[in-house]
Amino acid sequence: MAGPRVAMPAQDPKERIKNFNEVALGYTEDMAVAEAARCIGCKKPSCIQGCPVNVDIPGFIGKVKTKDFEDAIRIVKATNSLPAICGRVCPQEEQCEKYCILGKKGEPVAIGRLERFVADWEMARGVKKPTVPPWNGKKVAVVGSGPAGLTCAGDLAKLGYKVTVFEALHAPGGVLIYGIPEFRLPKRIVAAEVEYVRSLGVEVRTNVIVGRTVTVDELFEDGYEAVFLGTGAGLPKFMGIPGENLNGVYSANEWLTRTNLMKAYLFPEYDTPIRVGKRVAVVGGGNVAMDAVRCALRLGAEKAFIVYRRGEQEMPARLEELNHAKHEGVVFHLLTNPVRVIGDEKGWVKGLECIKMELGEPDSSGRRRPVPVKGSEFVLDVDTVVMALGTTPNPVISKTTPGLQVHEWGGIIAEEDTGATTKRGVYAGGDAVTGSATVILAMGAGKKAAAAIHAYLQGK
Amino acid sequence: MYKILQKRVLTPVTKEFVIEAPMVARKAQPGQFFILRIGEKGERIPLTIADFDRRRGTITAVFQEVGKTTRMLGLLDEGDFIADVVGPLGLPAELPESGRVACIGGGVGVAPVYPKAKAMHEKGVDVISIIGARCAELLIMEDEMRAVSSEVHVCTDDGSKGFHGFVSQKLQQLIESGYRFDEVIAVGPLPMMRACAEVTRPLKIKTWVSLNPIMVDGTGMCGACRVTVGGQTKFCCVDGPMFDGHLVDFAEAVRRSQMYVAEEQHAMHTCTCGGGDR
Repeated sequence: MAGPRVAMPAQDPKERIKNFNEVALGYTEDMAVAEAARCIGCKKPSCIQGCPVNVDIPGFIGKVKTKDFEDAIRIVKATNSLPAICGRVCPQEEQCEKYCILGKKGEPVAIGRLERFVADWEMARGVKKPTVPPWNGKKVAVVGSGPAGLTCAGDLAKLGYKVTVFEALHAPGGVLIYGIPEFRLPKRIVAAEVEYVRSLGVEVRTNVIVGRTVTVDELFEDGYEAVFLGTGAGLPKFMGIPGENLNGVYSANEWLTRTNLMKAYLFPEYDTPIRVGKRVAVVGGGNVAMDAVRCALRLGAEKAFIVYRRGEQEMPARLEELNHAKHEGVVFHLLTNPVRVIGDEKGWVKGLECIKMELGEPDSSGRRRPVPVKGSEFVLDVDTVVMALGTTPNPVISKTTPGLQVHEWGGIIAEEDTGATTKRGVYAGGDAVTGSATVILAMGAGKKAAAAIHAYLQGK
Repeated sequence: MYKILQKRVLTPVTKEFVIEAPMVARKAQPGQFFILRIGEKGERIPLTIADFDRRRGTITAVFQEVGKTTRMLGLLDEGDFIADVVGPLGLPAELPESGRVACIGGGVGVAPVYPKAKAMHEKGVDVISIIGARCAELLIMEDEMRAVSSEVHVCTDDGSKGFHGFVSQKLQQLIESGYRFDEVIAVGPLPMMRACAEVTRPLKIKTWVSLNPIMVDGTGMCGACRVTVGGQTKFCCVDGPMFDGHLVDFAEAVRRSQMYVAEEQHAMHTCTCGGGDR
């Protein structure tokens, strides 16, 4: 039987909370080969069914075993155009690794780490410019340059389409650049993946807000024959409790955008400031909450807390991020829910009043519903509060695109298998359709939509 | 990159740029704003679209040098480039097409009032403008406002030009002397907008104010710009920037605008951008 998985080398927690450098350092060749050797090469592998983009996992791991890294990355890239990113940010324990047979009795093969290794191996040697077919005469517009948009654009370019990606911000990458911090996903990796998509002939135009600068209908008038909407998460949710507009209360989107996209951790060299405070409470239990709380420590907070209304089992965060946060000294207030943000006489946060929760019956999500424990209120002494509660879709496109229907909660209505919306020629995928989810699910949606757009335009 | 085609020095601390941004100009409407970033290390700041020319593909921005970014911006010249310009953002103003409207601009706030006054004037609205500044030297766009108004009342805090007092006091005076306004549009510093809204509140005259809170992305993603209007939290970038002045929580808006005062001062101390008349 295979032994334990090869440990991932990482920066020491005491050191890493003082910098924004990547925490997980990546396998060496020897480590990768040793980890790959743990894969028993099942006759009927079940890991692939856990992968939203169907990477041939046993195929590429087999190549790592024999040190044929070039072939390994070729196999991964056949279905996954952003492997360096997925290897770092996918919730593998919920996907491929969940199905690994080794996981039944011990630890599953570290598929994500191996994927990252082969992607980094290739990047270090210089990614070869892929060959793309000649232009087939058709243009497609992709809205948003996050994981859904980049994947859709890359796939369409490989099929011979001329693709233009429109990005609202000044830099491409979407959540990969504004949301996920440098220490988890270095921006040079994102830049390299964007470069790869560009090398396929895709044009990326920043500073264009579809719905404002140009409408979807105008894109059709400009000669685009199909449009993919990968516009992402949207407006941050707040709790609706008193004191949320006090100075010192941030949405996670703002907190992370200031830190990551605008590099507030390098203020005043960079112009965008952030008010960190000494004691920071982050409300939420997802990956975004973990990113926010770990940023707080690195930005200089003396103490950082997670306040989450359910228990650790129910936390949607990736296991590795949860563990990293623990190692870094984040204090977890689980089964705890904020009821009020308390301000000082000048309107700045000086505390977060919370109430203890206990788990009751399962709710519609299947998780046990937290209910407040009467009389258990207490005040957490903090001067900054970050709300990491998810987002609601941005209405700018739906309001300016006649014929595009949305759900009551604002998400774009799209067929799951194709991304087809209620408007002819318009496809959608990622968080704009599903609400807050993961990078890999967005990529999967971008991939399906690219195939559907191809079928639609070939039949036209 | 977006080219500065023309630069005008309106006052020692107020500059006007005409910027080449055809896609923004094509869609811009009165009341909307844009966001710019000077360079790689710059912050994103919102500025009102003070005018636009669809044929030339230009937008006009008027800004006051109040912090590091606006000072750095003021150092740029004709022919220089701005790294990023994105827009138009926010909702267009819902402007009346008839009747009489008081258009009030305080300080650099005259610039955002101008496109609204112009649009209404072109529709045949009787535009009575009240524009003010701390002193005559800081008054901007008087000629432009005269061209689109049937009357312009100039006010200065120190009495160096026109009415000696605030624009809100002038509004009060006009109303008391018999002027009947169907709507009021007031743009300027928060205390000025609040004062104007207080003048019109007892008379129930619809009063629009244009807020300019701290923003990051400007597209609805970050929520930095939230304001309380009628007891509800709104995002100024997607729900505004124009709001009913009688419903805005001005005290909160003032407090939130001061969130980074310490950091702004620090940035000014560490920057070598100087300032003043150039």
